[in-house]
Amino acid sequence: MRAETDQNQQPGSPEAGAAGAVAKSILASAAGRAALWILLAAALAAFPKISSVYLLYMASLVAINVIATTGLNITVGYAGLLSIGHSAFIGVGAYASALLWLHAGTPLLVNVVAGAFAAFLVGLVFGVPSLRIKGVYLAIATLAAQYSLYFIFQQWVVVTGGDRGLSLPRTNLFGLGDVGFYYFVVGLAAVLCLAARNLFRTRIGRAFIAVRERDYAAEVLGINVVRYKLLAFGLGAAYAGVAGAMIGVFLRIVNPDQFTIIASIFFLAAVVVGGRASILGSILGAGFMTLMPELLRAVLDLVGGGGRLDIAIVLSPVRETIFGALIVGFLMFEPRGLAGIVDRLRGRSEIIDSRPEAA
Amino acid sequence: MAQFLEYSVIGIASGGVYVLAALGFVIIYKAGSVFNFAMGEMMMIGAYMFYAVGVNLDFGWLAGLLFAVIGSAVLAMAIERALLRPMIGKPVVVLVMITLGVGSMLRGAAGLIWGPSIVQLPEFLPRKPIFLGDILIPGKLAWGLLGVGALALAFVAYYRFSRAGIAIRAISSDQVTAAGLGINIGQVFSLTWAMGGVLAAAAGIVAGAVNGVTPQLGVVALDVLAVVMLAGMTSIEGVMVAGIFIGWLETMVGAYLGAAWQSFLPYLVVLLAMTVKPTGLFGEHRIERI
Repeated sequence: MRAETDQNQQPGSPEAGAAGAVAKSILASAAGRAALWILLAAALAAFPKISSVYLLYMASLVAINVIATTGLNITVGYAGLLSIGHSAFIGVGAYASALLWLHAGTPLLVNVVAGAFAAFLVGLVFGVPSLRIKGVYLAIATLAAQYSLYFIFQQWVVVTGGDRGLSLPRTNLFGLGDVGFYYFVVGLAAVLCLAARNLFRTRIGRAFIAVRERDYAAEVLGINVVRYKLLAFGLGAAYAGVAGAMIGVFLRIVNPDQFTIIASIFFLAAVVVGGRASILGSILGAGFMTLMPELLRAVLDLVGGGGRLDIAIVLSPVRETIFGALIVGFLMFEPRGLAGIVDRLRGRSEIIDSRPEAA
Repeated sequence: MAQFLEYSVIGIASGGVYVLAALGFVIIYKAGSVFNFAMGEMMMIGAYMFYAVGVNLDFGWLAGLLFAVIGSAVLAMAIERALLRPMIGKPVVVLVMITLGVGSMLRGAAGLIWGPSIVQLPEFLPRKPIFLGDILIPGKLAWGLLGVGALALAFVAYYRFSRAGIAIRAISSDQVTAAGLGINIGQVFSLTWAMGGVLAAAAGIVAGAVNGVTPQLGVVALDVLAVVMLAGMTSIEGVMVAGIFIGWLETMVGAYLGAAWQSFLPYLVVLLAMTVKPTGLFGEHRIERI
């Protein structure tokens, strides 16, 4: 059985090396940890001062994707419910908050909450099949959600604007423009990550893990399996809704093509690459998956420069191939993802998928 | 009325493609309980293999067909042996994610090799329309349906009567006992994936012959899931009925309500089927409820 990371500390593996030893000694003391947190916060706060417009754009995008990935990780990683329709829930949040903004002119924070709530409700609706089915069947229900919601985004032209989507006005948060948005979204991501981390120290979060490990045993222990499965689904969707609301504000456009199945697989890859059932993993995975295509573009520019390679055409299939290879590769060789690598450097180890037989 | 009948026949013919792909799906699921989300991409790769040998290398369509069938079988076996066999015993969610990853890799590879634009497969089915009284049936569809029907029947006969078919059914009902009785489970997995590959290639080629091939064919072909869900994941006969029904329904909806509804409909059916009868119409009552 799987225990929480913190409880399962083991002596550092010898191969962790000098870097690991230094990191460990810093992390061992509470003061060292606090200093690291302060350092991190200061770095994030100072980032807009030193970065270019492009870097600020990428940082905001990473923060948005961290929110969405954390949500999917609650559903897939912690509760063990495979969702292939995450981007559709992001879309629900994006449309709900954009519509509220355009028609009611409510402030941003209200829109974000409304987007989260709308996605939560829609997530519950599509989670209802999980009352009767499990495992793969549920994955197909989420696939159905993906296509149904995309269909609604595209066809309900009067409300959603059809293929052209909705255009949103420019925002000016804290009177700082893009920098203001960066602060807002990074703060939001930090709060939501902390909330998710603490969730798994509560009754609800522990119940999610129990349901993932063995639903019958959880039921016997008095956990209402159906309710917690639905809740895990809804919570993941609510996080997606927040991310959707932020994407709308960020890109100033909401249209159906942002919420395809390809995007859903992108977030699934982020969860797997970062590390299932790990908040640190969600952050690392979202960062890696967001920045990887940019890196790839740079590499392709370097390799195929001088017009020998049409980068615009090659980039998208190369990206898809690498997404797929990353999912397969990490599942096979590093099931705990980037977070697992980090943990090993810190001298902790733990086995995921300890359960021998299939769910 | 004549128009309705004409659409019906076209719908049934396009349902034939679903039957093939869904059979491939079910056979893989029955043996190894692996839910193969890469099925659509296997169809797409099969169609591209046909195109590569038949058009790119210009060996003619017969050689293309042969290459596509053998190549798809080998590819499917390789996927199973290299990526799924080592993961046996992991939670189902992990296996499913692997097939999703494989699908993404195949889609990307096809995009890299053949580019994003649509390619037309060589004309190997006679175009001449067939008249049944007042009803006109496009030649491609009619001959495609005949080929599909023959292949599906051959498959069912093999599954019913051959030793290998019996071994697959034995593994499907109890792996440990089957292994104890001397069935080589690894070999049966390879065999079912090879069969799945062949069926996928055939379905992909027929679908591609009618509509052309793009790397996105696989995503479109996910509609096959609707067939499998409606039929119940394990029923061979159910898949045949459900495949033809969904093909018919889709054509009807496309003809009378518009193309956008056509892409959405299969998933509506899935949601209905799962809420009302999660085992599907013909499935075994094997689903655990909680």
